[in-house]
Amino acid sequence: MALLEVREVTKVYKLGDIELKALNNVSLNIERGEFAAIMGPSGSGKSTFMNILGCLDKPTNGHYMLEGINIGGLSRDELAGIRNKKIGFVFQGFNLLPRASAIENVELPMLYDGLPAKDRRQRAMAALRSMGLEGRENHRPNQLSGGQQQRVAIARALVNGAPIILADEPTGNLDTKTSSEIMGLLLKLNTESSITVILVTHESDIAAFSRRMIRFVDGRIVSNEEVTKS
Amino acid sequence: MINIPSTIKISFRALMVNKVRSALTMLGIIIGVSAVIAMLAVGTGASRKIAEQISSMGSNLLMVLPGATTSGGARMGAGTQPTLSMGDAEAIVKECPAVSEAAPVLNGVAQVIYGHQNWSTGVVGTTPGMLIVRDWPLAAGRSFTAQDVRSAAKVALLGQTVVDNLFGDEEPVGQIIRIKKVPFTVLGVLAAKGQTPNGQDQDDTIYIPVTTAQKRLFGTSFPGMVRIIMVQAKSTGDLGSAEEQVNNLLRQRHHIGQRQESDFTVRNLTQFMQAAEQSSKVMALLLGAIASVSLLVGGIGIMNIMLVSVTERTREIGIRMAIGAKTWDIRLQFILEALTLSLIGGITGIIIGVFGSSILSSLAGWPTVVSSSSILLAFGFSGVVGIFFGFYPAYKASLLEPIDALRYE
Repeated sequence: MALLEVREVTKVYKLGDIELKALNNVSLNIERGEFAAIMGPSGSGKSTFMNILGCLDKPTNGHYMLEGINIGGLSRDELAGIRNKKIGFVFQGFNLLPRASAIENVELPMLYDGLPAKDRRQRAMAALRSMGLEGRENHRPNQLSGGQQQRVAIARALVNGAPIILADEPTGNLDTKTSSEIMGLLLKLNTESSITVILVTHESDIAAFSRRMIRFVDGRIVSNEEVTKS
Repeated sequence: MINIPSTIKISFRALMVNKVRSALTMLGIIIGVSAVIAMLAVGTGASRKIAEQISSMGSNLLMVLPGATTSGGARMGAGTQPTLSMGDAEAIVKECPAVSEAAPVLNGVAQVIYGHQNWSTGVVGTTPGMLIVRDWPLAAGRSFTAQDVRSAAKVALLGQTVVDNLFGDEEPVGQIIRIKKVPFTVLGVLAAKGQTPNGQDQDDTIYIPVTTAQKRLFGTSFPGMVRIIMVQAKSTGDLGSAEEQVNNLLRQRHHIGQRQESDFTVRNLTQFMQAAEQSSKVMALLLGAIASVSLLVGGIGIMNIMLVSVTERTREIGIRMAIGAKTWDIRLQFILEALTLSLIGGITGIIIGVFGSSILSSLAGWPTVVSSSSILLAFGFSGVVGIFFGFYPAYKASLLEPIDALRYE
């Protein structure tokens, strides 16, 4: 059984009278421990696909199974539980809570999981430390650099023990040097902790970190190939 | 799984970000709560004052008035016909089991002279039982006795106002005063009692034996007749049966037939006064209810700001949902935020209300009483307002689609 199994998924947006097919009959399997990059031009449906994988959005037609669970049959709160325990998000704009400190941001998923305050603090500290952010735990996001903010976001994605990280243009707001640092971190998580990483990007040098490239055009997968590294 | 302490912390921080806005939002609740507290304090103060005055009149009182007779088809008012006698008063004490004491009253207004001072006051001819009926202790000296009544002794008990006006700082007990030129020895001074609920000064009075009043001061053409009989029932529960027993006894003694109307009237003073107290309590509640309208307006203010806040923080809600916040996590966060606003407003309002009522009583001279129940009421009410008006914005926030909220700019 594949970790993620997408079967003939279609997503249709209705804008007034016009129907927009963002995804058109997409099928894809992703196995445990993969590092996959989803590429494609703007409007190709790659972000829509990512939102469906992240249980933030539901397909119009077709099935999506995560660890064998049919996501289509779950309630709002059950989906929230899946996002909490199974999926870590890393966004282009970091999406940290601006008024909370780094450690409070990292504690957030555990807060919604109902962990006691002491455990939360301990695990959040450990996650920040593994991201090299020791000493920055009480800084607000606006007191941190872009790369540091993204590392806080990765710590937040990891902290609840999620087996999957979905990264939507994680380096889009970062300079080249910081970008490769962040990609290095994701790669390390993939190889050392065997966390499945799925990446959306339109930059081929970022996609080059991955071991599989999936290209979207007009809501369809046009290519899906393993990358052999030299 | 909902984590209350952390959620409270989150709510509190959100409120601290917009300090001025939070303070202005609270203002509505502050005004409402302090108005409720002050209004209830004024109302409770008024009804407590009335209650004090009632108990100063003596407890469980009945008043028997002569009259209410029909003469030639025209009904006369109560008290117009001298039909009550001292014998009636004695018989009431002896024969009515629900009555503990009764005292006759034969009164009038007289000029009183001591040395160079003179004063016009109400002179009440009665028996020693009157002090029991009125629950009126002596401040100095002693009361006159049943023997003084039998012998029509020229002795008097003075109210505090009379003492103040005739004697000033002098010691009155043992002195001789003249009432309508008749010399009386002052036996004792009545303790100060203050005003009746109608505003009469109860201390502006002189008590003398009823027989002396008849013979020396207010001799009428009906010897042995008195104007009023004051009756004390054994307890509040006995008031009804005492009233009935007095009625039956006096009808019998006055030889009144089955179909005839009584030539006297029994009034239940205590009940009358309790009704007055009751109505002042209703007044207090009414004032409180009007004040609570402003609390309602304050609640609407909270809802308004919370709705703005939900819109402003759509993206934050999206992030929380993406990370795993469930419907009730989001709802609770905003409800607690509204609750924090309204409770801080409520506590501030209580403090202002308590201070306000003490200022009101010192400036306007109104008796105010801030009861703990009114504080609890105001606090509870502001909490309910917070939850009630916080719920709709919280509900709206929880219904956002995570993906839409996350994309919101």
